Amino acid sequence: MKKNNAVLLSTPYLLWMAAFTLIPLGVVCYYALTDPATGAFSLRNLRDLGMYLPVLWQSIVYSLAAAAICLVLGYPVAYYIAQCGQTAQKLLYMLVMLPMCMSFLLRTLAWVGLLQDTGIINTLLGKLGIGPLRLIRTPGAVILGMVYNYLPYMILPLYSIIVKIDRRLIEAAEDLGCNGVQVFGRVILPLSVPGILSGLTMVFVPSVSTFYISQKLGGTDTVLIGDVIERQFKQGNNPNLGAALSLVLMVLVFVCTGIMNRFGGDSEEGGVIV
Amino acid sequence: MKKAICLFLALCLTFGCAAMLSGCGSSKDTTTLYVYNWGQYISEGDDGSLDVIAAFEEAYPNIKVQYSTYDSNEIMYSKLSNGGITVDVIIPSDYMVGRMRQEGMLMELNFDNIPNYQYIDESYKNTSYDPENKYSVPYTWGTVGIIYNTKYVDEADVTGWELLWNEKYAGKILMFDNSRDAFGIAEYLLGYDVNTTDEAELKACADKLAQQKPVVQQYVMDQIFDAMENEEAWIAPYYAGDYLTMVEENPDLAFYQPQEQGFNIFIDALCIPTCCQEKEAAELFINFLCDPEICAANLDSLGYSVPMTEAKQYLDPEQAKNPIAYPSEETLRNATSFNYLPEETSRYMESLFMEVRNG
Amino acid sequence: MKRANRFITILIFIFLYIPMAVLIVASFNTGKDITQFQGFTLNQYARLFQDSGLLKLLGNSLIVSVLASFIATAFGTVAAVGIHNLNPRMRKAAMTLTNIPMTNPDIVTGVSLSLLFVFVGTQLLGQRNSLTFWTLLIAHITFNLPYVILNVMPKLKQMDSSLTDAAMDLGCTHVQAFFKVTLHEIMPGIVSGAIMAFTMSLDDFVISYFVSGLDFVTLPVEIYSYTKKPLHPKIYAMFTLLFLLILVLMVAMNLIQLYADKKKTASHRAGM
Repeated sequence: MKKNNAVLLSTPYLLWMAAFTLIPLGVVCYYALTDPATGAFSLRNLRDLGMYLPVLWQSIVYSLAAAAICLVLGYPVAYYIAQCGQTAQKLLYMLVMLPMCMSFLLRTLAWVGLLQDTGIINTLLGKLGIGPLRLIRTPGAVILGMVYNYLPYMILPLYSIIVKIDRRLIEAAEDLGCNGVQVFGRVILPLSVPGILSGLTMVFVPSVSTFYISQKLGGTDTVLIGDVIERQFKQGNNPNLGAALSLVLMVLVFVCTGIMNRFGGDSEEGGVIV
Repeated sequence: MKKAICLFLALCLTFGCAAMLSGCGSSKDTTTLYVYNWGQYISEGDDGSLDVIAAFEEAYPNIKVQYSTYDSNEIMYSKLSNGGITVDVIIPSDYMVGRMRQEGMLMELNFDNIPNYQYIDESYKNTSYDPENKYSVPYTWGTVGIIYNTKYVDEADVTGWELLWNEKYAGKILMFDNSRDAFGIAEYLLGYDVNTTDEAELKACADKLAQQKPVVQQYVMDQIFDAMENEEAWIAPYYAGDYLTMVEENPDLAFYQPQEQGFNIFIDALCIPTCCQEKEAAELFINFLCDPEICAANLDSLGYSVPMTEAKQYLDPEQAKNPIAYPSEETLRNATSFNYLPEETSRYMESLFMEVRNG
Repeated sequence: MKRANRFITILIFIFLYIPMAVLIVASFNTGKDITQFQGFTLNQYARLFQDSGLLKLLGNSLIVSVLASFIATAFGTVAAVGIHNLNPRMRKAAMTLTNIPMTNPDIVTGVSLSLLFVFVGTQLLGQRNSLTFWTLLIAHITFNLPYVILNVMPKLKQMDSSLTDAAMDLGCTHVQAFFKVTLHEIMPGIVSGAIMAFTMSLDDFVISYFVSGLDFVTLPVEIYSYTKKPLHPKIYAMFTLLFLLILVLMVAMNLIQLYADKKKTASHRAGM
């Protein structure tokens, strides 16, 4: 009886998810294996992929850099928030959440206004007598955009792990003669590994697949894989190559999250913030 | 907490439903006409100009226009050929009209519904892209040239298309973000026919464009307005009509057509794609845009050139005499128009351009 | 150490909020260039409210996100109860399926759904217009469902199953037991899932960008096309208003929660 109910209740959902996640991936494979002009079976798109390896590599490097910077910047913030009083914690948590609710397109555009050659920072520097610096359209600007947009995705999971660390463990370590650095290195850091891993994944995945950030903050040579996919679909009239590239991106992301999960042990709730 | 959230959700729901009802209520006895146009390509009523769409809706109260924009012919083509969308009126350029006509993507127009077609000048009829005048009605025409900022660019460097390759201005040069216009420039520079189908020549053009990439700041379409007006970029190839809009904001901008090497002259035409569902309303809209007074008011604010002598009397006299909007025969002697290319060539050019952009 | 962390935290908050401050300042600017403040004006706000198009887009976004999160919450809660009672192997399979859209980059989800809709619509059903409001809604429900499931599942796991048994011993049917006991117990999970789904849906750009056609467009998708044209400063005015709205909502929710917590501890103490 109970079992039947379970099947009855979950089947529509499973069918829905199969129809709108598995089947679409099948359609992507179908497109990836057909020729854009004739619609016949062809391996041409897969062969063309080789050309985009440098772009793929560049995307991986940039987003790894962004994830690492987010970790370095986000950890102290998460740690600090977790040590605040209840009310302050709530307030700071809210302040980290708030930017995530605002249009990331416009926030990224604001960076263009800040960084461009005639932008706010360069105008201010100009008043100090420092010539216009090349800030925008550099790899640094793209990484900055990623860090800016996805830093909250690092802070929030870290915070929720750190705040749950049992105070008594820290006290025990202190009682046993650990100094502050040792407590951090031997107790807090190891215990926050799941948060670190989930934060890294949550920054890496959107960074590696972004196209808006690199279009706005990048130059002509900072092309990312997301750019290429977007352009093949929207402009290049070659969804087939775009589909093949999406498959590559998907495999890359699944491999990366697989590695992360291997390190972090399995957690059924992995990947959820709050 | 829970109550607050419930309240919030309930509020959202009522808002949502109200918005939906208001949306549905109006659609009962009105037709919705989907117009798909270039960005910045219809007068929208800024600074006291005519709001063309509002005027149309006022003239035909039972038609509601749903207006969307695209950046380039290629994006529009891509969306229509793969996107599974329907639109009623599109405004492709000459070569794209030819391509879409060849590929059966356009409907024949019923000219009984477009009496204003009579005003179109003969020189814009019987074109190579639509030799029998069945599928398209000219909307505007214009030329392509180089816009540059006289504050920063040395006049001595302003010789021809090679200005766009000049390393002295590296990082301050913009380039077209669509394959046909970009390849056109390379073809003029290398002295090839702009309608070449020769793969080796196209490959050479792609190499030329790839060589330009290090000095290019951005590949843009309509983002050019902001970049040129606030002097983020100094040099860019673009359409003459848009230059006239930009120069109003920044008087330091100048426009130059490389007359010796040749440059593009184009006609953008109103067409109805085969996915159209409201053909009659679409024809009414086309007819409305071809009304000489509307046409003049619309194009006056856009800066593009009118394809009908009849409309010139309504234009701002300054604009009507402007040599950039209406260049002399002498200036135009080396201007060439883009013809439609065979499908393989179009695809080849697009894939080459994608390689340039992505490489 | 703590002082250093505090310093870094302050710097990070400045970093996070400076671009937003730039946009807010730009909304009061007389000029249209974001980089130069030419003078103070409220004209952009007047322009914003005259622009029925923008308000309609905001309405569109609300319609999709409310409907999608509502449907996903109801559908997802039921499904979570079902999955919870499945045998472990099936449960694992169901959770894997749930995790696919969570792990997949948005662009891949968007591309795959758009290819599916176009493929089914044009090639199998022979429709001309296959990217409509309905396909957008389906896409939003699909990426909202995992958030609901992943928020409700832990609550189901935490729940004492003897509670439902007790209810049924007292004469409740399965359905009654669900509505009277289970639903009450898992409510916090449902609510947080619904809120998350709603915000994800309201903010979504990438998936909507690939899945929407021309007749029903949401605000983020249109903002993208605005950013490819000379941007009108009324967009900044809209940003500022939305910022204020979200700020007020968040503060209000926090205050109410704080108040409720206080009341709870107070009554707790009184009880002791």
